[in-house]
Amino acid sequence: MPRQKSERFIVPIGPQHPALKEPGHFEFTVEGEVVTNATARLGFVHRGMEKGAESRTWTQDLYLMERVCGICSHVHSMAFVLGVEKLANVQAPPRAQAIRELVAELERIHSHILWLGVAAHEGGFDTLFMFSWRDRETVMDLLETISGNRVNYSANVLGGVKVDINERQKDELLRGMDFLEERTRHYLKVVTEDDTFLGRTRNIGVMTFEEATRLGAIGPTGRASGLLRDVRMDSPYAGYPDFPIQIVTAKAGDLEARFVVRIKELFESYRLVREIVEKIPSGDLTTKIPRRIPEGETVSRVEAPRGELFYYIKSNGTDRPERVKVRTPSLCNCASVLTTAIGHKLADMPMILAGIDPCFSCNDRMVVLNGPAGQSLWDWEKLRQYGIEYYKK
Amino acid sequence: MNNPIQNVMEKIKTWARTNSPWAIHFNSGSCNGCDIEILATLTPRYDVERFGIKLQGSPRHADVLICTGPVTLQARDRLVRIYEQMPEPKFVVAVGSCSISGGVFDGCYNVVGDISEVIPVNVYVPGCPPRPEAIIYGIEQLLKTLQP
Ligand code: SF4
Repeated sequence: MPRQKSERFIVPIGPQHPALKEPGHFEFTVEGEVVTNATARLGFVHRGMEKGAESRTWTQDLYLMERVCGICSHVHSMAFVLGVEKLANVQAPPRAQAIRELVAELERIHSHILWLGVAAHEGGFDTLFMFSWRDRETVMDLLETISGNRVNYSANVLGGVKVDINERQKDELLRGMDFLEERTRHYLKVVTEDDTFLGRTRNIGVMTFEEATRLGAIGPTGRASGLLRDVRMDSPYAGYPDFPIQIVTAKAGDLEARFVVRIKELFESYRLVREIVEKIPSGDLTTKIPRRIPEGETVSRVEAPRGELFYYIKSNGTDRPERVKVRTPSLCNCASVLTTAIGHKLADMPMILAGIDPCFSCNDRMVVLNGPAGQSLWDWEKLRQYGIEYYKK
Repeated sequence: MNNPIQNVMEKIKTWARTNSPWAIHFNSGSCNGCDIEILATLTPRYDVERFGIKLQGSPRHADVLICTGPVTLQARDRLVRIYEQMPEPKFVVAVGSCSISGGVFDGCYNVVGDISEVIPVNVYVPGCPPRPEAIIYGIEQLLKTLQP
């Protein structure tokens, strides 16, 4: 029998696809079941926010920046206010800083549990998805009692925060943390002991320490490969100098390690929330900040749930910024997916993709273009017409 | 439509449609806030499946298109295509302030505008983001209008 010629297929995924809730387009070249090449085309949610920021005032921008991403909205506004405060040479009062950190950690809890659920769902483990999302509602309730909204809390204002916590909310926070801690312990057990699940995570999508360094992986994705990188520790901001964190890392660099790192970070966040609730300094919530920000430029970095978030802000002395540049963690981690994907089965792709916790709405303020396009080109109109005709029959 | 058999068929179809609408979700430029709330409606606390509403992947199987976010230049063609791929009769629910007016993104250079500038919308759910209860209520309102 003649040897079978190896067949190469390109499997396009997206932009509308059931696995991820956001539009992103991926093309995987497969030989049989094995992926040999992967490319991404992002930019479907590009809205032009950086440019938009230039035509809005500093205060309006705060609300715009919060909506760069709904999952990690607080860290975006935090990076922005910290930068603007630095430019204006204003320091928010200690209580405000602590509340900023508190909300940031609550947001991290919500984001990590959300990720746990989505990643489990990609792995076909829907029970874990449902359970973790049920428990996530606890932290959503806490965020709602503190800020009044479940998503996009807008807790920050320039020069401080606009929400405070009282004794009753403190009680609720402590009770919520106790409940979540117990549940999280259970999840840790599930992801490290459940055989079926381990079959999909252990030694899958391995990224070694060297590779992680080379690709510049950040956040939990990098920490799962042993990279000691966390802005909260490297250059503490907001309340973090007073309430420091302990960094969590793992060695293996596979999907399991990414699960474990994120879950262990949850424990760290619970501890921080408790500590802040107990020792929150008293005092004012805001300080005065001028409407026109003095001329200058600054860089502000914070640790988002997915990794380092970077803001560059330039002011020309008016009530509007001259330039705001945002670089989000998902963008840095995108390269790592495309590299680790090669050599794996197509069925593992959703898990590997979910492994970095991609967040396209953050990402897509910029456009990344695909390499050489497919051979047979159809223009859009023709394809649409074909689709309509085909399904009429 | 005077044919009695057709009448009965229509009734059965409406009954099926209102008792188990299948929905598809497309994000045409939202900030994710609305999307996670839509996802939250599937989870145990809200659990839309008790109304027979099911979120699934292919536009070919969907009755209801749930849109979030303003429409960006890049996503516009996709949105139209997904809408055209859905079988008749089809309904559109626009979730979130962005999909109603462009929200905070109104005026950004890559934003075409709200959903209704691209495809017809049946129900709007305001909020930034709307609570899961509000989203469920919105879909229920849509189902009510379908009742004979
Ligand atoms: S309405 Fe609000 S939460 Fe929804 S997509 Fe727009 S900005 Fe995000």
